[in-house]
Amino acid sequence: MSTQTILPADRDSVIELSRSRQEPEWMTGLRADGLDLAGKLELPKLDKVRIDRWNLNFLGVHQATREVTDPRDLPEAATRLLDTDALPNNLLIHYNSGVAYSRLSPDLASRGVIFCSMEQALKDHGELVRNYFMNIIKKEENLLTALHAGLWSGGAFLYIPRNVVIEEPVQAIFYIDDSQARFAPHVLIVAEANSAVTYVDTYGSGELTNHLVKNAITEVFVHPGARVNFASTLNLDKSITDLSYRRGHVENDGQINWVIGEMNYGDSMSDTTSLLMGSGSSSDAKVICVGSGEQKLSLTTRAVHFGKATDSDMITRAVMRDQSTAIINGITKIEKGATGANGQQTEKVLMLSPRARGDANPILLIDEDDVKAGHAASVGQVNADQLYYLMSRGISREQAMKLIIYGFLAPVVSEIPISRIQEQLQDLVERKLGHERRANS
Amino acid sequence: MGNQPRLVIDGLRASVEGKEILQGVSLDVKGGEVHAIMGPNGTGKSTLASAIMGHPKYEITGGSVTLDGEDVLSMAVDERARAGLFLAMQYPSEITGVTNADFLRSAINARRGEGNELSLIRFIRLMEAKMKTLEMDPAFAHRYLNEGFSGGEKKRNEILQMMLLEPKLVILDEIDSGLDIDAMRIVAAGVNELRSEERGFLIITHYQRLLTYIKPDVVHVMMRGAIVKSGGPELVERLESEGYDWVKEELGIEDETVGKEPEVKMPMNTIAPRH
Repeated sequence: MSTQTILPADRDSVIELSRSRQEPEWMTGLRADGLDLAGKLELPKLDKVRIDRWNLNFLGVHQATREVTDPRDLPEAATRLLDTDALPNNLLIHYNSGVAYSRLSPDLASRGVIFCSMEQALKDHGELVRNYFMNIIKKEENLLTALHAGLWSGGAFLYIPRNVVIEEPVQAIFYIDDSQARFAPHVLIVAEANSAVTYVDTYGSGELTNHLVKNAITEVFVHPGARVNFASTLNLDKSITDLSYRRGHVENDGQINWVIGEMNYGDSMSDTTSLLMGSGSSSDAKVICVGSGEQKLSLTTRAVHFGKATDSDMITRAVMRDQSTAIINGITKIEKGATGANGQQTEKVLMLSPRARGDANPILLIDEDDVKAGHAASVGQVNADQLYYLMSRGISREQAMKLIIYGFLAPVVSEIPISRIQEQLQDLVERKLGHERRANS
Repeated sequence: MGNQPRLVIDGLRASVEGKEILQGVSLDVKGGEVHAIMGPNGTGKSTLASAIMGHPKYEITGGSVTLDGEDVLSMAVDERARAGLFLAMQYPSEITGVTNADFLRSAINARRGEGNELSLIRFIRLMEAKMKTLEMDPAFAHRYLNEGFSGGEKKRNEILQMMLLEPKLVILDEIDSGLDIDAMRIVAAGVNELRSEERGFLIITHYQRLLTYIKPDVVHVMMRGAIVKSGGPELVERLESEGYDWVKEELGIEDETVGKEPEVKMPMNTIAPRH
């Protein structure tokens, strides 16, 4: 078992690094506690996935980040998604182990919005960060969360004050091309009462020369009446194992919407959870993935209803090629007292290869009577009648297959709020499916 | 253009799951002609349509089908369509995530061939004009293909495809089922608009009503997987007033159906699984 080898750094050097970066005392303590726990805790138990057999040996070493004043000074691959002549007003770029660039529109800054690297947030808003950092996802949960608490570096802090509604999406880019670099960003979003924001991030990488683990956590705290739209696309090289936890805590009448495009080439575990704490709170999660090569994927979406009259909806759609494997779990949990809750979920898997495997596991755990819950799950091949129908209009078999597969994923792709990133996701889907860019669009 | 197309079906036999449904169907449909195929349920009419189009479920066990002398049966489904065959289906598929407009444009461009594609703007103009003729809500262009369409909307959408693709030979499979009288009039007007020397029609129906709007030139009656009687439009009137019994009597047919499963009694309260 790799639990021993997974511990990459000795405690002393981590604490030393934390002090040298002038992190608050509580953060240094959190890191030390995280590493101590990591020595005791187990890897998470995933349904039908032996994550302990994955390559989790190398977590990278923290590399100092050179900040730039112009994103054009970063490698072109890192900023490919940007129009560098017309940068978004609210942008953060995380490069290898840390944040190299960030900007926030003066207007939003004057209204009290904060958008900066996590390190900067610790310096300038330490107490604010302390209220939330690893309070939604706890270091005690398992080996991965404990390690993250100890080793995280880089990532973003986004804070939206009460009643502030941000129209323009806030964008973050995470890019790695250093095979030695630790890649463990922490993203924390806090939306105060009645605020609203759309946050979009993208993960990309170069081809690394060795195997590396990404251990990332995203926490979103949605205060009463606030709304957070969160979109993320992931496109990491096959040399990277992606372990990602995302979790939202939603108070009264708050709302969180997740849109996730899992287009990694390496083994990936992701867990996207909405905790519906307050009455009237709601969540929506849409996840797509394309499995290729010999990839192993474990994708979990989860909604936990604590508050009354809470609403959740979850959709996962996966297309499986080659010898890839995906275990897709949808978990709707309705706690005692969450009367009037309504939890719905759908998992659909489209199999394109006889050697691929896809399991859809809808799980309903309900401890309250006065609720509604529904699930639908399917695993199947391209529907022969649909293929016949399209072909009967003169469309070639190949083109008809493409239409059906893209159509299968389209309801999620179309939810990506930034058109450039929506196009990128479409490109990633096409590349993962081994198709050329469509000529006629 | 200017050529009069011709579909020749000769002794066509087809089976599904080992049961022979078509037991030697012969037809000769030329451009400018409207042939109606009538007959009670379960006599093989829809199988004939599907077999001509190439539905994978049907196995051809004998006979031939040619369009302008070309062997249709050796073509893949998409090749048949590009050769000029069009089947308006009884149960069109619903396809999530593919908008009607994207689908129609793909189909038109596939028919026109590489290098001869319709520009987006011309396509939109054409589509909108045809939708107007069919009194379709323009919003249908942006909805997912047939998803959530009512029965009548699906049928109109089939006729829209027919109008846009301008096929040489059109087969309408029970296009009238599930249509109210207004919708039927609109659909029939769409079909009549396309009647020309350059296009032949094969209209499958078991109601006479549609044929009062689309006047056929030739009427065939199908029973037991074969054409048992052919005649002019006067045959429609007689079938309307007298039904099919006289045909059966005349030909000594007791059971007109073909390949019928023995009826299975379902227990009460059984709900069929949703797919």
